[in-house]
Amino acid sequence: MSEPKPESSPRQLAEDARDRVRFEEEALELSDQVYQVARRLSGSREEAEDLVQDTYARAFRAWRSFQPGTNLRAWLFRILTNLNIDRGRKIQRTPDQQPLEENDYFLYNRLEESTGDGNADEQRIVERLSQNDAVTALADLPHDFRDVVLLVDLADFSYSDAAQILGIPIGTVMSRLHRGRRMLKQDLAESAVEES
Amino acid sequence: MSGFAFDPCEKCEQMMQPFLDRVLTEEERLEAEEHLAGCAYCAKRYRFEAEFRSFVRLAISEPMSPELKAKLSALRTPL
Repeated sequence: MSEPKPESSPRQLAEDARDRVRFEEEALELSDQVYQVARRLSGSREEAEDLVQDTYARAFRAWRSFQPGTNLRAWLFRILTNLNIDRGRKIQRTPDQQPLEENDYFLYNRLEESTGDGNADEQRIVERLSQNDAVTALADLPHDFRDVVLLVDLADFSYSDAAQILGIPIGTVMSRLHRGRRMLKQDLAESAVEES
Repeated sequence: MSGFAFDPCEKCEQMMQPFLDRVLTEEERLEAEEHLAGCAYCAKRYRFEAEFRSFVRLAISEPMSPELKAKLSALRTPL
């Protein structure tokens, strides 16, 4: 971004520096959250670290285009998701054509059934799932679906913030979220039942 | 609640995601809560879903390395 004009008064320069310091500090406070999402958008830790560094380098260069008082977190995640798209995503494997379970109690019912204990409590049912399978299932989601699931379910963005970050209509956020969550559950149910 | 031509558990199931996302209208939320208060079947599945969401979040969370944190700080504009 442009440097302060040469005719800026010392006072303006001081204010400018103070605003920039504040901006950088606030942005850095969000870096854990940015990393968490970047990690799941990337195939490896190294790739994620590069992506986060590129995000912050761009954010710090572009800090003047951030409107104070608006949502800094959403602004940063917009840079992150745009960079992620720019760096060229790996070729997408054709999404499974198998029909999705159109039922929201599906995962519970499937796990309970394979546990063979109708009285098991929900905590014990959840314990049947493996953390590694969750990571793999998420990585296997088609990118467009994974982006939305990560922004809403990991980074806690509202549907409308997620829509703004990704530059898509809110209805698209809702349908991708819905479908992405179901794909994830179906994948996890299959893994858990196979392993048991 | 309208009429008798639907299964209240099926309706409750359809409201689960928007309920947990807190995007139901006040009226819908009350309707879901009323059903959950009297239906152990649905209540258990709602509790499972909440547990499941925490499980996924925990499973996919990986902390940032201190090295990366230091690298990001180094990107700041020198004063």
